[in-house]
Amino acid sequence: MSSQEQTQSNAELEIETEIQSERSDRETRADEPVLEVRELDVHYGDERALQPVNADIPEKKVTAIIGPSGCGKSTFLRCVNRMNDQIDVCSVGGELYFHGKNVYDDDVDPVALRRKIGQVFQRPNPFPKSIYDNVAYGLRIQGKTDDLDTRVERALRRAALWSEVEDRLDESALDLSGGQQQRLCIARAIAPDPEVLLMDEPASALDPIATAKVEDLIEDLAENYTVVIVTHNMQQAARISDKTAVFLTGGELVEFDDTTTIFENPANQAVEDYITGKFG
Amino acid sequence: MGGDGLFEDVDLTWVKRKGTAFYLLCLASSLFGIVMLGFLILDVLYEAALGPIEFEISLTTFLTDPASRHPEQAGYLGAILGSVWLMVLTVILSFFIGVGSAIYLEEYAPDTRITRLIEANLTNLAGVPSIVYGLLVLAVFVNGFTLGSILLAGSIALALLVMPIIIVSSQEALRAVPSGMRDGSSATGATRWQTIRHVVLPAAIPGIMTGTILALARAIGETAPLIMVGAILSAIRLPSGPFDSFGSMPTQIYYWATAPGPEWGHLAAMAIVVLLAVMLSMNAAAVLLRNRYEKDL
Ligand SMILES: Nc1ncnc2c1ncn2[C@@H]1O[C@H](COP(=O)(O)OP(=O)(O)OP(=O)(O)O)[C@@H](O)[C@H]1O
Ligand SMILES: [Mg+2]
Repeated sequence: MSSQEQTQSNAELEIETEIQSERSDRETRADEPVLEVRELDVHYGDERALQPVNADIPEKKVTAIIGPSGCGKSTFLRCVNRMNDQIDVCSVGGELYFHGKNVYDDDVDPVALRRKIGQVFQRPNPFPKSIYDNVAYGLRIQGKTDDLDTRVERALRRAALWSEVEDRLDESALDLSGGQQQRLCIARAIAPDPEVLLMDEPASALDPIATAKVEDLIEDLAENYTVVIVTHNMQQAARISDKTAVFLTGGELVEFDDTTTIFENPANQAVEDYITGKFG
Repeated sequence: MGGDGLFEDVDLTWVKRKGTAFYLLCLASSLFGIVMLGFLILDVLYEAALGPIEFEISLTTFLTDPASRHPEQAGYLGAILGSVWLMVLTVILSFFIGVGSAIYLEEYAPDTRITRLIEANLTNLAGVPSIVYGLLVLAVFVNGFTLGSILLAGSIALALLVMPIIIVSSQEALRAVPSGMRDGSSATGATRWQTIRHVVLPAAIPGIMTGTILALARAIGETAPLIMVGAILSAIRLPSGPFDSFGSMPTQIYYWATAPGPEWGHLAAMAIVVLLAVMLSMNAAAVLLRNRYEKDL
C-alpha cells in the first residue's frame, strides 16, 4: 500500500489536502455529538415501527446498531438522511439534530442533507451502468467532476474492489457478483465524501477476506467520518465499533453505550440474553 | 431389483389422465389459432401472387406509382407514403405527451383517489373503439377548427388512439425499475429529476420503446378512424405534407377490396402483403429490443 501511496498523482494529493482542510473545519467541533436523536418515533400507517429513540451519536466514531430481524434498524437508519420521506405510509415524529440543526425542520432540503449523509443499503443496488459510471454517479450529480478518474479509483481502492475491476471499468455493474456489487455500492457512497456514512449490513454477502477489508475501510473512514453501521454479526460490532445501540423487538432502543460496556457488562438483562444468543 | 410394490399404494392413474386431457386441450387450442393464421397468410399470398402472374400487374408500378383508375397502372406508393407520414406525425404527437404523463403518474403523482381514478380511466381509454377517436377528431379538428380532411387530422386521431397504450406500457416499464435504484440515487444527493433523468429513464427506455412500437404497429393498420376523418380512399397522388389530403395503406386496401372486377382483388391482396410485412417487422423489432435489454434489469 505504501508504494502505491508514493506514486499518487499530484491531482490526488490536491484532493487529499482539500479534504484535509475540510476535515480540520470539522475537528473544531469534534467533541459535540454529530447526531442527536430526541424522541424519534416512526409509524408505517398505523403500525408503530420505532418507539421513541434517544441517542447521541459521536462524531468520527463508529456506531454499531444491532438487534433481531424486523426490530427497526433499517428504519432508524433511513430516518437519519430522511430516506423515509419517500415512503408514502411512513410518518416520523420527534427530532434529529445534525450539527445542532433539526433535519426535520421545514427549511432543511433532504437533497442537501443526503449530500452530507451518504448511505449504503441492505440490498446492493447498482445502476444498470458501467462500473465506472456507478462510482462516478454521485460525483457527477454533485458537480464534483474534476479529477473524476482519480476520485473513482480512490473510492474503488478503499472499498477493496479496485484490483478486481481495474481492467473492466467499462463493463456493466450488473455483471458483478453479489459481494462485488456490495463493495461497488460502498465505493459509490464514499466517492463524493459524505460527512456521515450510514451502512446497512454492508458485509452481509461478503467472504471473510472481503469482510476484513471492508472492516479495515470502516476503521479507516472513522478517522475522518462518522459511521453508523447496522450489522447482524456480533463479533463484527465488537471489533469495529466504539458505540453500540441495541434495538429489540417492537422497535425499542433498549441500550446505547460504549461497545465494551454493551458486550462485557450490559445493564439490561434482555441485551445480555440477545448478545449471548439466548434471544432473537 | 428390491422394493417391488414400493409405490403400489400410490394411485396416480386418474390424476395423470386428467393431466393428459388438459394438455391435449391446450395444445388443440393453440394449434387452432396457428392453423387459422397460417391459412389466412397462405390465402393472401396466393391471391397476391396471382396479380403479377395472371393479370400482369407490374411490381415496379405497384411499388413506385400512386393509385389509378386503371388496374394495370395502379400503384401503392401514395398509400405507403401516406402511412409513413401518418406514423411519423403520430409518434411526434403521442410519444412525448404519453411518456411525460407516465412519468408524472409513476414518479410524481401522490397516491390519491384522483390519481387512481385517472389510471383506471387510462386503461378504459385504451379499450375505446378506434372509430370513436375518428369521430372526435372529425367534430373537433376537421369541422370545429376547420382543418379539413388533412393528414395532420388523421395523425391526431391515431395519436389519441395510441396515447393510452403508450402511457400504460410506459408506466409498466417505469414500475419495473427496482425501487432500490431510486433509493441509491437519491441517497447520493440526487434530486428527483436527476434520479429520473440518469437512472430511471435509461433503465426504462427499452420497455417504453417496445410499448411504443407495438402501439404504432396497431395504429398503422387502423382503417375506421381515417375513413371517419376523411382520408382519400384511393391515393391517386403522393401526399406533399401534413396539410395535404392523404390516403393510407389500410384505406387503400379497403378501396381495392370493395372495387368491382377481379384485378382489384389481387391488388388488395398485394397491398395486404406489404402492410403485413411492415407490421410484422415492427413487432419483430419490438421483440428484439425487449430480448436484448430484458436481462439488464
Ligand atoms: N416500507 C414499509 N412499509 C411498511 N412497513 C415497513 C416498511 N419497512 C419496514 N416496515 C416494518 O417496520 C419494521 C421494521 O423494519 P426494518 O426494515 O427497519 O427492520 P430491520 O431491523 O432492518 O430488519 P432486518 O434485520 O431484517 O433488516 C418491520 O416490522 C417491517 O415490517
Ligand atoms: Mg434492515
